[in-house]
Amino acid sequence: MIANLVALAAEEEQNPLIPPGPELLVGTLAFAIVFFFFAKKLLPRINKTLEERRELIEGGIEKAEAAQTEAQSVLEQYKAQLAEARHEAARLRQEAQEQGAALIAEMRAEGQRQREEIIAAGHSQIEADRKAAAQALRQDVGQLATDLAGKLVGESLEDHARQSRTIDRFLDDLEEKAEAAR
Amino acid sequence: MSDNGCGFPAPGLHSFLFQPIFTVGGFEFNKVMLLALLTSLVVVSFFYAAFGRAKVVPGKAQMIGEAGYDFVRRSIVYETLGKREGEKYVPLMVSLFFFVWIMNVWSVIPLAQFPVASVIAYPAVLAIIVYVLWVSLTFKRHGFVGGWKNIVGYDPSLGPIKWLVSFIEFFSNLLVRPFTHAVRLFANMFAGHLMLVMFTVASWYLLNGWMVPAAGVSFVMTIVMILFELFVQAVQAYVFVLLACSYIQGALAEHH
Repeated sequence: MIANLVALAAEEEQNPLIPPGPELLVGTLAFAIVFFFFAKKLLPRINKTLEERRELIEGGIEKAEAAQTEAQSVLEQYKAQLAEARHEAARLRQEAQEQGAALIAEMRAEGQRQREEIIAAGHSQIEADRKAAAQALRQDVGQLATDLAGKLVGESLEDHARQSRTIDRFLDDLEEKAEAAR
Repeated sequence: MSDNGCGFPAPGLHSFLFQPIFTVGGFEFNKVMLLALLTSLVVVSFFYAAFGRAKVVPGKAQMIGEAGYDFVRRSIVYETLGKREGEKYVPLMVSLFFFVWIMNVWSVIPLAQFPVASVIAYPAVLAIIVYVLWVSLTFKRHGFVGGWKNIVGYDPSLGPIKWLVSFIEFFSNLLVRPFTHAVRLFANMFAGHLMLVMFTVASWYLLNGWMVPAAGVSFVMTIVMILFELFVQAVQAYVFVLLACSYIQGALAEHH
């Protein structure tokens, strides 16, 4: 009961909006401690660290940029070289193709020429053979005919020049007839 | 109030009074003072652990500290004052934010269980510091006449009502502002503490016979209120610092 009365009495004079002096003092002190440490020690330190970190990151970015530039230039160089090599290869191929075509054409012409030569040689050979054969045949046939006629008439007609002409004329007639029939 | 017939120890103004722990030459040192000093200790030691040996690649404590520091610096100070003008006030605002916040957080810490800011003296000290700062900044920036014009919002374009406007502005800015600044924080913490004590005491008081379910409800409410208070504590710290910044911003602004 007495305790209650004491509390009640305390309450009556207690206004929660009037700050008691000692508490103001302690509050000021407590905040001053926090402010002092933040302003003088901790925030400068962390700001320095943050600045260092920023510089590090920026340095890293710069390095990366340099590396990228270098890589770019190397790539361009490489691309140029590649293009040049491609060009060269194309040129060589073209040249080879042209050379090949010329070679083939030349060989073809040579072949043609040789073929014609061989054919011509064959033709003249055949002609000569035919002439020789005709000549031999004519002589043989003349001889045979003369021999046969001599046997038939019983006398030799071999030396007879007229008879020779007669045989030739006969053979020429025969040939003419064969030509006409053909 | 404390004896209303049923023996329920209802919380009231007496919940904010503490017997002195010790007395030195008439100076009574009580629990709230102890908590206020512990607030300084907690804030300074945490940030010493975080920033004391700050590294470019931060550890855990430093990362948390940096997040908090960055929040106050960027989201409050730079947002209101800008980077150029605001840089000077960052230490004050960072101190204010964490000091107020930890003062409030004692509300839900076992054994402490008392928000320091629910005693008007502590918010008052901080509000006075901010008040003195912005008023002196006003006169420093605009000179004597310009400073007064800035404070009372003197605007000739308003015609004859400019005197009325100036009077109201004078009253609200110079006289009411520091009071509301402190009381906003104080009253939030005061009411929060009352609610917490109320539900905590009720949980215990109702714990007999057929009232036990009610005690359960009260206990659940205690938990809910603790969570809600955690939210309010941070918000009030944020609001206190935000207002401080906006007062300074008003003091530095060109009068129109």
